[in-house]
Amino acid sequence: MRRLRAFGLNALGLAVFAVAIFPVVWMVSTAFKPNEEIFSTTPRPLPGDPTLEHFDFVLNSGIAEVSFWTYLRNSALLAIVTVLVSGVLAVLAATAVARFRFRFRTTFLVMLLVVQMVPCEALVLPLFLDLKRLGMIDNLAGLVVVYVGFALPFSIWMLRGFVAAIPRELEEAAAIDGASPVRTFWTVLLPLIAPGLVATSIFSFITAWNEFIFAFTFLDDQDKYTLPVMMQYFFGNASNEWGPIMAASTLLTLPVIAFFLLVQRRMVSGLTTGAVKG
Amino acid sequence: MLDTAPAVRAARGRPGRRSSGPARPRRHRPWPYLLIAPTLVVIALLMFWPMIQIAIMSFQKVGNRQLAGAPAESVGTENYRTVLSDELFWQSLRSTVLFAVVAVTLTLVLGTLVGLLLNRLGRRMAALVSAGVMVAWATPPITAAIIFTWLFGTTGGVVNWFLDLLPDALVGGGWLDHNWFATPLRTYTVLTVCVVWQSFPFVAVSVLAGLKSLPGELLEAARVDGASAWRAFWTITFPILRPIFLVLLVLSIIWDFKVFTQLFIMSGMANRDAFNLLLYSYSEAFGGMNAKLGLGSAIAAILTLLLLAVTAVYVRIMVRQGETS
Repeated sequence: MRRLRAFGLNALGLAVFAVAIFPVVWMVSTAFKPNEEIFSTTPRPLPGDPTLEHFDFVLNSGIAEVSFWTYLRNSALLAIVTVLVSGVLAVLAATAVARFRFRFRTTFLVMLLVVQMVPCEALVLPLFLDLKRLGMIDNLAGLVVVYVGFALPFSIWMLRGFVAAIPRELEEAAAIDGASPVRTFWTVLLPLIAPGLVATSIFSFITAWNEFIFAFTFLDDQDKYTLPVMMQYFFGNASNEWGPIMAASTLLTLPVIAFFLLVQRRMVSGLTTGAVKG
Repeated sequence: MLDTAPAVRAARGRPGRRSSGPARPRRHRPWPYLLIAPTLVVIALLMFWPMIQIAIMSFQKVGNRQLAGAPAESVGTENYRTVLSDELFWQSLRSTVLFAVVAVTLTLVLGTLVGLLLNRLGRRMAALVSAGVMVAWATPPITAAIIFTWLFGTTGGVVNWFLDLLPDALVGGGWLDHNWFATPLRTYTVLTVCVVWQSFPFVAVSVLAGLKSLPGELLEAARVDGASAWRAFWTITFPILRPIFLVLLVLSIIWDFKVFTQLFIMSGMANRDAFNLLLYSYSEAFGGMNAKLGLGSAIAAILTLLLLAVTAVYVRIMVRQGETS
């Protein structure tokens, strides 16, 4: 009876696993299929005659006039700058919230909560006008500012827990030894919150990497497109080119998934700090 | 997608005062303010100022001429009157709410079941399943939307092929030519599958974290007393995890109210019958030859007010649980 139940649970687990990964597996598999197999009336799970032609098309022929590498560079640049800027600002604010008791502290925290819930997508209209006035349409710097704003509230919430978990005595000891506050920060605080910083960095990176509506609205020039905007453009103009579309999707998706799986344990433990302690 | 630390932390009771917690106000007066200043500037510029602008613009006519530099003229409540008397607004509102009800329910039920399952599996199996579930979570919305359009497509779509294989008595016939994007209802069906697929993992992981914090003796005692799994869940697990469920519920409602990318890919701006509020607002503002940013702002303002009402519930829960202290 017990064995039977364990077997049933495992079977159920495998079923959930299969359902969860199926769409992504199907995307990757389609990317390697020649056209005859893609449009075959009896689809097969794995490519019978795998080909790299779709990847070759995406990477070398170019989806539009612009090379795929340009889109990749734009997306990577945006994501990395977003990670750096929001990381620095989040560490500063998280330290303030976790280490000092000051007026408006609770107000500040509540504000972060509220801001996370605002439909940022609805703010695309006024932000578009602002950037237009500043002459920053078609400018990746304008997008970075927006992405930092999206990533900050969550990053602060998450880092706050990590800073608060560091015993104050460590900093006091460093101070007694004559270390300046700045030095104490670099040698004591920063190494200890590094795991939290990794998790929030991944979050910020994914936020910027995946973002679509702002990039789609703010960017006109194909040179400036990010990967999601390129995907939409390509999808809209070549709706039946499923092979290249899936190859491009694979190139856009797999790095994010790899990243996520790499740090998932840290990510989840960051998300759930406290919950597990009861 | 992931802005949810509080969801899970809600499970924790009031945190005890620790030695490392915030301390006396004296001495370092300017420091905390200097440290949060950059964040305040960013948020003020990106969130508060645009929200004020939305409020102002929703009472103005902002079109191509104004975009070119002409001063915006005030039109009083005309934008709101136009929107509220537009059948399309009510239809978009209906779609938004119905979609949220269905998608949120499915996400929570499915996520909870998977969370319960993960809790019962052996370590290796649990690691495998949670890694698989992470894949769904991490997929960018844009590619998720494209993949699901492909899965449900008419040429070579695997879903139609599969439905066609099933006995006709069960699902009916003629699936091979079934166009999943022919009517709003069908589009929303695909959208729901896509969105639920991406959002149940977060619920599962949060519920799992909550379950791990449950005192095992309680459930053990219930089992000894002969309570069924169903009963044990409703009398023990659910009440203890109620704060988590509340937060997950509120977060899911908010997220599903503002789904944009997936619907935009599956249905586009031309397909007005399938609009939700956000797509409607976007299409009024940017969709046609004539930009109608004032009208778009009025719709965005209504959507924002709806979401702020939901947010108020969320903030109350968090404050009551001492999460902000």
